[in-house]
Amino acid sequence: MNRECAMSAGPSPLKFYQVGSFAVGNRLLDPDQRSVQSDTERSNSLTSGHRACTGCGEALGARVALDAAMRATKGQLVAVNATGCLEVFSTPYPETSWRIPWLHSLFGNAPAVATGVAAAMKAKGRADVRVVSQGGDGATVDIGFGALSGMFERNDDVLYICYDNEAYMNTGVQRSGATPPAARTMTTQTVGPEPGNAFGQGKNMPRIAMAHEIPYVATATVADVRDLEAKVTRAMSIRGARYLHVLVPCPLGWGSPSCDTLKIARLATQSGLFPVFEAERGEVVASTPIRHRVSVEEYLHTQKRYAHLFSPQRRDDTINQLQAMADRNIERYGLLPKQDEAF
Amino acid sequence: MLRQVEGSKAVADTVACCRPEVICAYPISPQTHIVEGLSALVKSGELTGCEFVNVESEFAAMSVAIGASAAGARAYTATASQGLLYMSEAVYNAAGLGLPIVMTVANRALGAPINIWNDHSDSMSQSDSGWIQLHAETNQEAVDLHIQAFRIAEELSLPVMVCMDGFILTHAVERVDVPEREQVDAFLPSFEPRQVLDPAAPISIGAMVGPEAFTEVRYLAHANQMRALEVIPQVAADFAEVFGRDSGGLVRPYRCEDAETIIVALGSVLGTIKDVVDEQRERGVHIGVLGITSFRPFPLAAVREVLKNVRRVVVLEKALAVGIGGIVAANVRTSRAGLELKCYTVIAGLGGRAITKASLHRLFDQAGADELESLTFLDLDHDLVNRELDRERRTHRSGSPAENVLRDVGIVAARL
Repeated sequence: MNRECAMSAGPSPLKFYQVGSFAVGNRLLDPDQRSVQSDTERSNSLTSGHRACTGCGEALGARVALDAAMRATKGQLVAVNATGCLEVFSTPYPETSWRIPWLHSLFGNAPAVATGVAAAMKAKGRADVRVVSQGGDGATVDIGFGALSGMFERNDDVLYICYDNEAYMNTGVQRSGATPPAARTMTTQTVGPEPGNAFGQGKNMPRIAMAHEIPYVATATVADVRDLEAKVTRAMSIRGARYLHVLVPCPLGWGSPSCDTLKIARLATQSGLFPVFEAERGEVVASTPIRHRVSVEEYLHTQKRYAHLFSPQRRDDTINQLQAMADRNIERYGLLPKQDEAF
Repeated sequence: MLRQVEGSKAVADTVACCRPEVICAYPISPQTHIVEGLSALVKSGELTGCEFVNVESEFAAMSVAIGASAAGARAYTATASQGLLYMSEAVYNAAGLGLPIVMTVANRALGAPINIWNDHSDSMSQSDSGWIQLHAETNQEAVDLHIQAFRIAEELSLPVMVCMDGFILTHAVERVDVPEREQVDAFLPSFEPRQVLDPAAPISIGAMVGPEAFTEVRYLAHANQMRALEVIPQVAADFAEVFGRDSGGLVRPYRCEDAETIIVALGSVLGTIKDVVDEQRERGVHIGVLGITSFRPFPLAAVREVLKNVRRVVVLEKALAVGIGGIVAANVRTSRAGLELKCYTVIAGLGGRAITKASLHRLFDQAGADELESLTFLDLDHDLVNRELDRERRTHRSGSPAENVLRDVGIVAARL
């Protein structure tokens, strides 16, 4: 439905569904309801000129998240960054893409460094200055896991954002604790009788964060930047430890066209493989329903890292296992209204 | 104020006088009493304007200190032994970022085998990390060095490690003049960071540096630390003016005039060595002591000045570089380049082995007669190690040397 159609509908409520993406046209909204990204006065926390790959989900996620955090804190923000793609592509010496105070120390210590910044601000009577700590999935679920858990347990006033692209992309696509089963990485190659990553127990970081009973845990993807902005804004309205897990497709590591980053992120949510939800003090309080359910196969087909599931021969056993994971998420988080369960 | 006080408590009270803004700590023996003391001072409200963060590891302790210091807060932590190794990546990082953190190292051995007692293996393992390293001989000096450490660190924008012997100093109760806050305020200005995370003036700290400039950045780290060779004596002089005590500096020579033999050492063992030297002097032996307070930067010129007219130097050190021998000795050898003097390395006091006056008398007599091996292990039980070496030669699956040796000396057997 284009804008003219919507406007000609007279007194009936405006329908914002325009392009099949669920994206909301900002021009149809009141100015105060528009997205942070549509604001010409936005902070551009991660500004242009950085060296991320074309179609990088992490660059998009970081820009959207930090601009939202900057608006929420009225510009009183410090960012701490773990080692990884985001750190490397944003700060090739002597250039920097960061227009906010930004500190990179090590790979595994970003949550603790952020604790230090927050403690310093509190000691100096500058508790209005808020702290965001960020890193990729390796920095979050693997090497920085202990530091993150410590920060949660102390309930330090830090928002930690994990940009999850499901492997160590900066070092050339090696398996992390967040790599999904069956996925190809350079250390889980498509050889042998069970190609790709093994089926393990998984390392579900949002649920681990919830187990710390911290005030706020949420998941989001770059397919829905309004939702991402809203969750960052909500997170910054709360004091204490908060965790935001953002799915950010990586064209290089996933073997997908760089123009498909948002589409793939959307398929991840619409298949149920990546549930989008919010939790407070250990309890899920909201989840984003699936609008048009798709099979996991539709999602898997978009990425070369799963190509071995379809060729040279189809691996229905593996695909079914992945579908079962998606079904489990749909059940656990109530992602489908009851009347719409078939796809 | 003069007090009969435990070394750790004296250090805790002194650090509190330095108005730290963030203290982070993870417990490890023998550092615990220091951070326990500080946590009580913060919790009771005696130390205000300070956040005390109980972290989940030493790696986090140094990382919290890094974040706090980069945000412009005066940051302090303390550790020892395995804890220092566990935070090693962050130790190097703090120095590379030029953050003036002060850390106490309650010197303790490194495992395996695990050992909680004193030697200098821990701080020596980090001597090339870019931190300034100061070694305290007494608890009074430990107190004084902490006050000076904040001044030195903040003047140079470099982190400073104050090393004090675990248990021997940290747990010793003795008379210490613990400073008043007013005195420290007169000596230590508030922290003005060289670079700081500030929303009003955003900067990026910790950017990547490639081959085009990495050498220059590392050179500057070296040049900055070498500046400490001037700053440390200046700060010690200023300290003497305010506190009326001679403390700190680069080196502390003792009875070195007309000496033919100089004993070089660090830390609390200097007291025992001085007693032995006094007794040897009474017998007419021309012997003196050179205590090294600043191990990093290493005061090559000051050491050379003391060594230039002597016949031999004995470096007695509480650490061992496996595969080569002495660590301090290697530094001393660098300082005596071109001088005609014999240099002996003595490894002593590992893992808390007592260094007795009797052993030192024997050692110095041997040195005076030039009968020492170039590398000597003080009071080594040769029979014991030879039995184990034999065992290892006889059978490949000879088991754990640590367990075998303990069984031989009878401690395990006695408990069974």
